[in-house]
Amino acid sequence: MKQWGLILGIARTHLHTKMKSTVTASLGVTFGIGAYITLVSFMTGLNGMLDSLVLNQTPHIHLYNELEPSDVQPIERSPAFSDDLLRIRSVRPKTGQLKIHNALPILDYLRHDPRVLGATPQLLANIFYLSGSLDLGGQLIGVDIMEEARLSNMADYIVEGSPEDLRNTENGILLGIGLAEKLSLAVGDRVQVATAEGGVFPLKIVGLYQSGLAEIDNARSFAQINTVQRILGKPQNYLTDINIKLHDIGLAVPMARELESQFRLRARDIQEANAQFETGTSIRNLITYAVSVTLLIVAGFGIYNILNMLIYEKMNDIAILKATGFSGNDVRDIFMSQAMLIGLMGGLLGLLIGLGLSHLIDSLPFDTEALPTISTFPVNHNPVYYLIGIAFALLSTFIAGYLPAMRARKIDPVRIIRGN
Amino acid sequence: MTPVLEARHIDKFFKKPVEFHVLKDISFQIPPGEFTSIMGKSGSGKSTLLYILSTMDTDYRGELLLKGESLSGKPPNRLSRIRNEHIGFVFQFHYLLGDFSVLDNVMLPARKLARKSEAEIRHDAHEKLKTLHIGHLADKKASRISGGEKQRVAIARALINDPAILMGDEPTGNLDSYNSENVFQIFRQLKEERGLSLLIVTHDEDFARRTDRILEMDDGRIVGGNP
Repeated sequence: MKQWGLILGIARTHLHTKMKSTVTASLGVTFGIGAYITLVSFMTGLNGMLDSLVLNQTPHIHLYNELEPSDVQPIERSPAFSDDLLRIRSVRPKTGQLKIHNALPILDYLRHDPRVLGATPQLLANIFYLSGSLDLGGQLIGVDIMEEARLSNMADYIVEGSPEDLRNTENGILLGIGLAEKLSLAVGDRVQVATAEGGVFPLKIVGLYQSGLAEIDNARSFAQINTVQRILGKPQNYLTDINIKLHDIGLAVPMARELESQFRLRARDIQEANAQFETGTSIRNLITYAVSVTLLIVAGFGIYNILNMLIYEKMNDIAILKATGFSGNDVRDIFMSQAMLIGLMGGLLGLLIGLGLSHLIDSLPFDTEALPTISTFPVNHNPVYYLIGIAFALLSTFIAGYLPAMRARKIDPVRIIRGN
Repeated sequence: MTPVLEARHIDKFFKKPVEFHVLKDISFQIPPGEFTSIMGKSGSGKSTLLYILSTMDTDYRGELLLKGESLSGKPPNRLSRIRNEHIGFVFQFHYLLGDFSVLDNVMLPARKLARKSEAEIRHDAHEKLKTLHIGHLADKKASRISGGEKQRVAIARALINDPAILMGDEPTGNLDSYNSENVFQIFRQLKEERGLSLLIVTHDEDFARRTDRILEMDDGRIVGGNP
């Protein structure tokens, strides 16, 4: 049976009479936690922004035909040579079509799959943008623009014009903003595109597209699928890519494997495509936690020192408490609860400061050409970090308070009383 | 009648700096309601004996009994409880918790014991302070009162749980003659009116002479006062 009311009462009186030390120790925790909250909110906000910059433009699963050498060469199938060591030099890819065979039925099948949020067809064409004597290489991507706008945040990246403009305009094009600058073109102008085969087509610019990644903006434009099919002189079922968005991104890997074997296509899942971003994210998180833990360790040493001093000053009190019937454990708990009170007060104040600072950062203007949708610094106000923060505060003060409290527990009252 | 406190063949050694036999085969009894004093020269072992009797020092050989119950070898938490419940203690220096009020100081052991409600404890504490004529100090901070007053507060604190025995380590050693006399009269009264047993270590011959029995100690042995 523990009388926590009594023990907390004594702890509170001690802290109250040592206001200065208490405040100093609490402030150590406050700064640690405040810095942690600010850092982690800002860092994960940045992470989220950088991830979405890339991930939102990456489908969960990308289906396409890859031109590559066959794994199994004809001679290997022949039983006549099965006992021989076969070596074939200079294997070349088989000539084949980039088009996805039976693309329309596959699309239909995917759209009826319950795991799939949406599947959009694309047609990739390598073309040249012509302007006077200049011709710039690039890609023209045929898309179902309304589906793309629904499934990705593509509409955010259309800085002039809108998806509807592209849908409503025959032979319209959404030109990459880098291209528009190079070619000195604006919305309403016409741009000539030429295919590798030599045909030249004029397209009307209905909008400008800015992804934030220069190499994309300098080369890539979008048009409706049927426009691109016409330019290439291909039929309605000619599609080179299918992008799939799932309800649950976690299913991307197994489903990609499944689709690969089912349709004999190459299926690239999002994790494969963006492995390096995962690495970047985890390293930034590591830095955040390393800095915060360092701050908390410093705060912990402050608490350790102050409690040690307090115990030294309260030797007499400890001796009296023990002489009048408080056990060593009671004395330990008195000092532990002082540490925990410091941790709790400092931690809560730190959360408030973190909240204030992260909101301040959130309101600071952050204008960058690369990111058309962002106007202030990105901050992630996730309540989980506040829970982690207060848990951190309590844990570090617990550890910092434990040794001094154990020392207080072991103090021999007789030695103190007789030592006087 | 069972003695309140009984020591049987208690031996104690100091190990540092060199091994030293402080207490040599100490045996005696304190019957209920007796006012006993322990006298002796410095270094005769009287304070050492008192701290063993108070259960705070457990490093000894022999047996100690409180109201017939053996205390030797009990775990520290159990001893804390026994100390809290049955033993009142008054020191030479007025050991009060300076950050707390006088009333809080007196109430603390009773709140630890938790046998009574907060309101009852408060009432009791006020009563004890009043009997010692320091009722008016209740709300003062313990560090703001005079030495004589502090010692009376310490006595009130020692009495709050109605202990079986009150022990004192030179409780008047640090007081002037007026306050010494005052404290002696309080002890006398406690013995006569409530039948409290007292065991007081003192240097003051005048004080000792007026107690029921004097245990004289010399070189770790009891040499006088029919133990």
